[in-house]
Amino acid sequence: MIDLLSHPFMLRALLAAAVTGLAAPTIGTYLVQRRLALLGDGLGHVAVFGVAVGLFTGTSPTWVAVLVAILGAVAIEVIRERGHTNGDVALALLFYGGLAAGVLVTGLAGQNASTLQSFLFGSVTTVSYADVMTTLALAVVVVLLCVGLSPQLFAVAQDPEFARVAGVRVRLYHLLIAVLAAVTVTVAMRTVGLLLVSALMVVPVATSQQLTRSFRGTLGLAMGLGLVAAVGGLLLAAFLSLDFDLDVAPGPAIVLLSLTGFALAWPVGAWLRSREVARA
Amino acid sequence: MSDPVLSLHEVRLSLAGRPVLHGVDLDVSSGEFVALLGANGSGKSTLVRAATGLRPVSSGTVELFGTPLPAFRDWSRVGFVPQRVGAASGVPASVREIVTSGRLGRRRLLRPLGASDRRAVADALDVVGLTDRATDSVATLSGGQQQRVLIARALAGEPDLFFLDEPTAGVDLAHQHALADCLGTLKERGATVVLVAHELGPMAPLVDRAVVMRHGEVAYDGPPLDEETLHAHHHPRLHRHDHTPHVGSPLDSLEERR
Repeated sequence: MIDLLSHPFMLRALLAAAVTGLAAPTIGTYLVQRRLALLGDGLGHVAVFGVAVGLFTGTSPTWVAVLVAILGAVAIEVIRERGHTNGDVALALLFYGGLAAGVLVTGLAGQNASTLQSFLFGSVTTVSYADVMTTLALAVVVVLLCVGLSPQLFAVAQDPEFARVAGVRVRLYHLLIAVLAAVTVTVAMRTVGLLLVSALMVVPVATSQQLTRSFRGTLGLAMGLGLVAAVGGLLLAAFLSLDFDLDVAPGPAIVLLSLTGFALAWPVGAWLRSREVARA
Repeated sequence: MSDPVLSLHEVRLSLAGRPVLHGVDLDVSSGEFVALLGANGSGKSTLVRAATGLRPVSSGTVELFGTPLPAFRDWSRVGFVPQRVGAASGVPASVREIVTSGRLGRRRLLRPLGASDRRAVADALDVVGLTDRATDSVATLSGGQQQRVLIARALAGEPDLFFLDEPTAGVDLAHQHALADCLGTLKERGATVVLVAHELGPMAPLVDRAVVMRHGEVAYDGPPLDEETLHAHHHPRLHRHDHTPHVGSPLDSLEERR
């Protein structure tokens, strides 16, 4: 195990996993609060198209994915705000359009499915130094904005009408949440992959809120749980792969470890809630 | 008489093409406690949403503290208690966190809470009698207590003008009395209150002026109607607080089916 940590690729992977584990639940808390838990999943589908365009044009798939996911996030926010009754149908069109176009363009780029697969399900052990730096920079931006602007983001997500009458620029903050979610999706692309990114945004939050009574507590605990799941899942996958010669992919290992945390926390949460009801 | 705190002139408003307000005029002076009454669909909640800028008016003007609404920026002077079933959202939030969000209009970006913020939050919790529940998750509170959390949130911003949209809807009588006590404290402090209500119940003694809406127009504007005389003619009153003020017309029942 100690040997493992001496490999530069493993250190890079650990760093990428750690910042992803911190950043994803941070923005995820606001998405869950706004009952948009699946937004990350949708943005992941849209980002597939960005990756494909990056492969096709020979530019960085990560940066094109960031750009396309942000455009997708803005489009979703605009559709949502217009309050069309079939808003969720419009979102579905966008998501599947993104996925289908992504797979199609990847083929046109002359790449096979395995190239795309590394983005769909992550390939944290193959990240380059430049990838790690990009991931690190984007994750720091996400965490700083989500924590620094937490009074505003909390109020807007909690009760947009009240926030608007309090003079807060609600539309701006809604857009910010959507854009930060898009950035997080691409940050998490290399660790858990685009199809599992939503899990790392939502599952630690769902676990955390079993045990907490406040927003701040939920946010802090979710960040901690995300960090433990991401680093723990990666180490577990590496350990099983090297010592037992099993082919365990880090992305799914991270998500399943996170879900295990939820399965353990849920009965505790149910017990805590029954106690609160008895007390009130 | 002082300059009006809230002034609506010839306000017309349509929702999805259906006219809801048909030219409403209303002036509210500083320190007044105004009850906005009327049946469901009479336009009373829409009037409050027009006054707070949540719904753009089709024509007419809205002024807050003498400033036309599009130019109004001094939102910390306005406290809004929206009509809500509960105060909870997708993630747990403590009572104190929700009340603290009421300070937002007075806080600068990226600054921690100051001493005056903490004082205002503590005072707001005290007025609504929820100091001992401050660290509890709001989802564990009863409906009436959650309404008081929303009032405390508005109160924490130390506004001069309060809009309350049906704060007693779905709240049992004991909690209605607690709500009336909170509003009595606001009134004593000189706040201007615009209260939308279906029935006044224990809040009736606080009201200085009643404005009754009917079909998107002001049908009555004057001193509060005496509930005793209103109800005496059709059936005897057995209980003190369970009657809706008799402000409807036979046609209102058509609107209620909307």
